[in-house]
Amino acid sequence: MMPTSLLRRVAPVSAAAFAAAAMLVSPMAMPTEAQAAEQYMAVPSSRVGPFSAMGTGYYGGIIDYMTYVNMNGGINGVMFTWQECETEYNAKRTVECFQRLLTGPNGQRTLVFDTLGTPGAYAVINRMAEEEVVLAQYGYGRTDAADGTVWPWVFNAASHYWSQIGMKLKFMAEQEGGVENMKGKKIVHLHIDSAYGREPLPAMRKITSDWGMELVEISIPPPGLEQQSQWLQIRRERPDWVTFWGAGSGMNATGMTNAARMGFPRERLVYVTFGGAEEDMVPAGDAAKGTFVVANAVPGRDFPLVKSILDKVYGAGKGNMENPDRVGQVYWNRGLGAAVMWAEAIRNAQRIHNKEGQPVTGAEFRDGYEAINMTPERLEELGITGMVAPFALSCEKHDGAGEFRMMQWNGEKFDIVSDWMGPPDPTFIRQLVEDSAGKFAGENNITPKNCS
Amino acid sequence: MYYRQAGQFYTTYSQDSRIIPVREDRWIIYVVVLAGFCLVPFFASDYWLSGILIPWLALSLVALGQNILMGYTGQLSLGSAGFMAAGAFACYNIELRIEWMPFFGSLILSGIIAAMIGIVFGLPSLRVRGLYLMVATLASQFFIIWVIDKFGWFKNYDSSGIITAQDIVIFGKSFTTPAEEYLVCLFVCAVMTVIALNMVRGSVGRNWMAVRDMDVAAEVMGISLLKTKLQAFAISSFYCGVGGALFAFAFLKSMEPVAFDILLSFRILFMVIIGGLGTIIGCYLGAGFILLMPVFLNIFFHAVFGQAVDATLTSALEQVIFGVMIILFMIYQPLGMARILEIMQERLRKWPFKI
Repeated sequence: MMPTSLLRRVAPVSAAAFAAAAMLVSPMAMPTEAQAAEQYMAVPSSRVGPFSAMGTGYYGGIIDYMTYVNMNGGINGVMFTWQECETEYNAKRTVECFQRLLTGPNGQRTLVFDTLGTPGAYAVINRMAEEEVVLAQYGYGRTDAADGTVWPWVFNAASHYWSQIGMKLKFMAEQEGGVENMKGKKIVHLHIDSAYGREPLPAMRKITSDWGMELVEISIPPPGLEQQSQWLQIRRERPDWVTFWGAGSGMNATGMTNAARMGFPRERLVYVTFGGAEEDMVPAGDAAKGTFVVANAVPGRDFPLVKSILDKVYGAGKGNMENPDRVGQVYWNRGLGAAVMWAEAIRNAQRIHNKEGQPVTGAEFRDGYEAINMTPERLEELGITGMVAPFALSCEKHDGAGEFRMMQWNGEKFDIVSDWMGPPDPTFIRQLVEDSAGKFAGENNITPKNCS
Repeated sequence: MYYRQAGQFYTTYSQDSRIIPVREDRWIIYVVVLAGFCLVPFFASDYWLSGILIPWLALSLVALGQNILMGYTGQLSLGSAGFMAAGAFACYNIELRIEWMPFFGSLILSGIIAAMIGIVFGLPSLRVRGLYLMVATLASQFFIIWVIDKFGWFKNYDSSGIITAQDIVIFGKSFTTPAEEYLVCLFVCAVMTVIALNMVRGSVGRNWMAVRDMDVAAEVMGISLLKTKLQAFAISSFYCGVGGALFAFAFLKSMEPVAFDILLSFRILFMVIIGGLGTIIGCYLGAGFILLMPVFLNIFFHAVFGQAVDATLTSALEQVIFGVMIILFMIYQPLGMARILEIMQERLRKWPFKI
């Protein structure tokens, strides 16, 4: 009998494979003594699927920076070690990865978890306080986590989506010649139909109504490869501006090609940070020319740190990027920015808790992250002046500068067309954050932390 | 030699109509379930409990629901993730709005709500069959998600649209550690599996199978197609709803409707097909395979190659291997993993005289 004979051959092999896999899992759960001064970090990468361009670039940047720090003697002698896990940009796999990566092979607990994606961040956000791990959302994720009294373990060092939409509206107002000219203008928010796509809406609705603008919200069902009807609707609406909130190269490139087909000027199309990278622009070809994209970590290879990494890490053949040309592009630089914050937080934690040259714990790292102060001088020292906006975090304030730079795609690369710009009224955005966090705390019986 | 049916005589009707007729099988099941309740929560690590066992149990329950509809009643459907979402969000809203409701009460009610939605979407099954019915049930997948997305009430007007599941509280005790959540899942799974086993071998299940094998003949024999098909849809959706609520409350804990997308429906469909259509044990085996194989491959590759090989390559390779495994499985064992278990059982009876 065919199945039986096959079974006879396959069963021992598969049983052995299963046992091998099971054995590989178990040592990770068993804590062992940490030997040298090492600091274990979890890297929950997403390298396959529609979001692979994001994941490979971003986590590549993170790993390259950790390699670079290790090649330069670590952080006061403490070396990075890390473990990767594939999340497929999927909430279910992210939860599994979080549990798997929580404890490293050397028995240390990870200090940080960075899911690069709002769905993953939301899936693990409530586990952070309990497990004492910092959720470092670098420019994505839950916006009201910027209120550190309600979310002590969650940070957003690269500014959140509410500042971002404010900055975009301010940029538009500048292009139109002032806020007074915005009255009566029509804006379309074209977004992927998920929490991530809707995240900017509370701030956007308020600002547009204050300015007397008309806001039209149009959603695209995920994965967003089909946008024909939405763009037909845009043609009917005849908006002055479109803000595009997409994810994944397929969706983002489709947006621009559809805009070109409908004759919508690309100079009136503003993409979100996670919507516009080289991997999204190049597939759209000429259709992409002129599109605006917001940057929280500016791309480019001229920053001294990027040059130094290219020289040392890639010079030694230890780079993580399969294609070294991607070094200095949008996602790689964003990953670099995220990893610089990790290292800075560890350095602060060692200083605050007098543990120089020793590994720190999750709680100490959290204190270190709160103490991050990226002054222009510090950025200069790190070699990333102009790549990241200067900012400081505190016990209450867990978000970054709230400032972004506008870029425009010229057909081959991004031109930086603005200096660092924030939302028109940062105190209003802050109020919105605190209200939202307060509502969450009320619903979930969280007593906000006392910061004074 | 140690495993044989010979010599086991049934002298009473209750013995004859046992769910598991063979004594050895019964003992294996007792030991496994007992170990699941008494040993696993104490000895398994948190990673095993909350990363692997809890999602496996919750999805097995959903696969059970899908199997009732597809394997036993022969109604192809592709809306299980939609019913999961219905159950999960129903449970959230019941816990939120009815304060005195115990957790198991909300769980049952959310199953009932999913079942009612299932009846509505089961109506097309009276007119269309096979692949066409599958396309018709797609509507439920998109409609349920759309409704939850569209109306803020279901999410308590949360600005981000992602809700945080409440803690599981049973008789005043909150079940929040992985071991406790696992016990809740295991208990619900055990009870619902016993109910399913009883249903499929009783008149309910025989009606389903009659409809599956030839609905015209079943109707001629006096089985009401309307009643049987809608009953199957209702019970199947009930299982999916309860499974979805467990998936949300014990595993994800914070959820947005997009988490229950069409891909999840497909995965559940594959679980049932790979596990074995029309078998109960197949639901558990299939869910294990589809859910855990990618995880094991990922662990395996990272452990073997570590940082020596580009992770992009190994991640892609995992998907290729997983796909090839599914294809090979379908070619060589189209009846699913449950059939492999059956073959092993037969061989065990003859052992050691014949292998």
